[in-house]
Amino acid sequence: MTGAATAPRAMTLDDYVPLLGPQEIDELRAIAAPLAGRSVQMVNSTAVGGGVAEILNRLIPLIQELGLAPRWDVMTGGNDFFEVTKAFHNALHGGPYDPRPQDFETFLAYSEQNRARLAFDAEFTVIHDPQPAALIDARSGTSGHWIWRCHIDLSRPNRDVWEFLRPFVCRYDGALFSAPDFARQLPIPQYLVYPCIDPLSDKNRDLEPETVAAIADRFGIDRARPIVAQISRFDRLKDPIGVLRAYQIVKRYTDLQLVLAGGGASDDPEGESVLAEVRDAAEGDPDVHILSLPPWSAIEINALQRASTIIVQKSLREGFGLTVTEALWKKQPVVASAVGGIPAQVIHKHTGLLAHSVEGTAYQIRFLLSHPALARKLGEQGHEHVREHFLITSNVRRYLTLFLGMS
Amino acid sequence: MALARAHRPFQFVTASYITRIERQRALTVGELRDGLESCSDESIFHHTFQSLGQHHFLTEGFSNDFAQWALAGLNRPRLAEQLAGLDVRAYCSLSDLRVDLLRVVDDFCRTYPDEAVREAFEAFHFCASVEVTVPLGREAWTLEEFRALLERCGHASFHFHFLVSRLRLQLESNDFSQWFVEELGLERLAQLANRIDIVTHTLDGAKATLARLIDRELAA
Repeated sequence: MTGAATAPRAMTLDDYVPLLGPQEIDELRAIAAPLAGRSVQMVNSTAVGGGVAEILNRLIPLIQELGLAPRWDVMTGGNDFFEVTKAFHNALHGGPYDPRPQDFETFLAYSEQNRARLAFDAEFTVIHDPQPAALIDARSGTSGHWIWRCHIDLSRPNRDVWEFLRPFVCRYDGALFSAPDFARQLPIPQYLVYPCIDPLSDKNRDLEPETVAAIADRFGIDRARPIVAQISRFDRLKDPIGVLRAYQIVKRYTDLQLVLAGGGASDDPEGESVLAEVRDAAEGDPDVHILSLPPWSAIEINALQRASTIIVQKSLREGFGLTVTEALWKKQPVVASAVGGIPAQVIHKHTGLLAHSVEGTAYQIRFLLSHPALARKLGEQGHEHVREHFLITSNVRRYLTLFLGMS
Repeated sequence: MALARAHRPFQFVTASYITRIERQRALTVGELRDGLESCSDESIFHHTFQSLGQHHFLTEGFSNDFAQWALAGLNRPRLAEQLAGLDVRAYCSLSDLRVDLLRVVDDFCRTYPDEAVREAFEAFHFCASVEVTVPLGREAWTLEEFRALLERCGHASFHFHFLVSRLRLQLESNDFSQWFVEELGLERLAQLANRIDIVTHTLDGAKATLARLIDRELAA
């Protein structure tokens, strides 16, 4: 294996056998067998960029290889539509938003255009996220099963936006959420479907130790001393300043370094100001490495995660926290906040350690640095936890089970 | 005896689960008690039998979701210990398990009434397992054939036959042991297999132990 980015190719199920064992892949094939030839339609609002498109890019070929007939359709719309849906997205996450009547009209007009443009004749139609939610209008009679997959945190939604969307959602046969906390009071069944990572992607595949070392060296990180890292966007909700404070507490006892690495600073005005705040707060400490990475840094992120002694994710709020999943997959000990989907991944004292404050985070880091055997064990168990629950193959299995359960 | 041929083959099946998010949630021990009383059997199953299977790679200190929440969400190690002490292998019925879970939580609430209303760091969300079973198309007629097919048995299939079967059979036994006795007349092997401690073994470890027991039987 080399450190160079590989050209993306569709993975086959056999590619996963060395990681999961033949039994697990055999079971996937057995579960898919009764669904052979059944049609599945996935609809989202973007073909490239974003986590949903990334997952569908991997999911569709695997479902196809298992004998089902999947199709992926992308909703189209003008800038006005995507401005409205972006505002909806932020509002559903709990951000402030005062919708205008024409926003709802724009949303419905584009939904109607797409309803007329796309064919909806699959046995299982999975609509991803709020943008295409109103496509349920295309449902004819009781034919087929319609599922709404919500990838966002709906625990504190803007009331106006949610009240607008809710009647559409209620007409589906079921809704899928990434964490129990994200579910709403709805008259339809709600299911838990975790997001997932692909262990064969550049961000997660095995790297040669030389590659990891070369990348750490390139960023001026001393591999001989402990490295605590948070690899996450420069976003206040990820609390990089809190991580810095925790590091400063631990630094009183241990000679360690801190890596704060993430993207989003160049194209996100808030990201840039957060980055500036973090740099100010670090006060030129040479052991604090603040790295603003471009979007094509999958191998670098992979290497930095692998080079670290402990991975921290001290979020104040979190969707699911796939950066935690990535770290656990790499057998790294993790200290993370008990928010959003993190407690599903970090089972306290089994697959990592949870913290609720700066001081708690600092204490858990100190504890793990003084107990390397325990840190290794948490990392090993975290890896198994991800293998069992949070890989793309588990995602395929959940969809197949859902389809079987509905049919 | 090991060479006996069964009248009825052992048919390997796998089970797959989708998690349904239920309406009940708990922020205090008192609310946990209310949830335990009103939740579905599928929910009790999800947080005990199914959770043990899903976390099979943890061999120390993990027993069920209720105990884990009492420890990590509530910081109540005493309650966590008592909930973890309920061994799912001792139950052939979910209603019996529910009664004992309720008894432990009730005792705690009576003994520490102030703590019963203290809020947790994070809520406990009741969920339920929706089970789908699928035949794997593999049949064993002899112990040798069974041994060969055991190698190809994944975690979910092993968990289904070895642990979940207790609820289906309503016996303190499992599918493997039942087949060993009823079809091959291997009483001793059945007993030894049934003694494998799934709580302190990983599923892989339990499967390896069963394979060793069968190898010994075949060599005898």
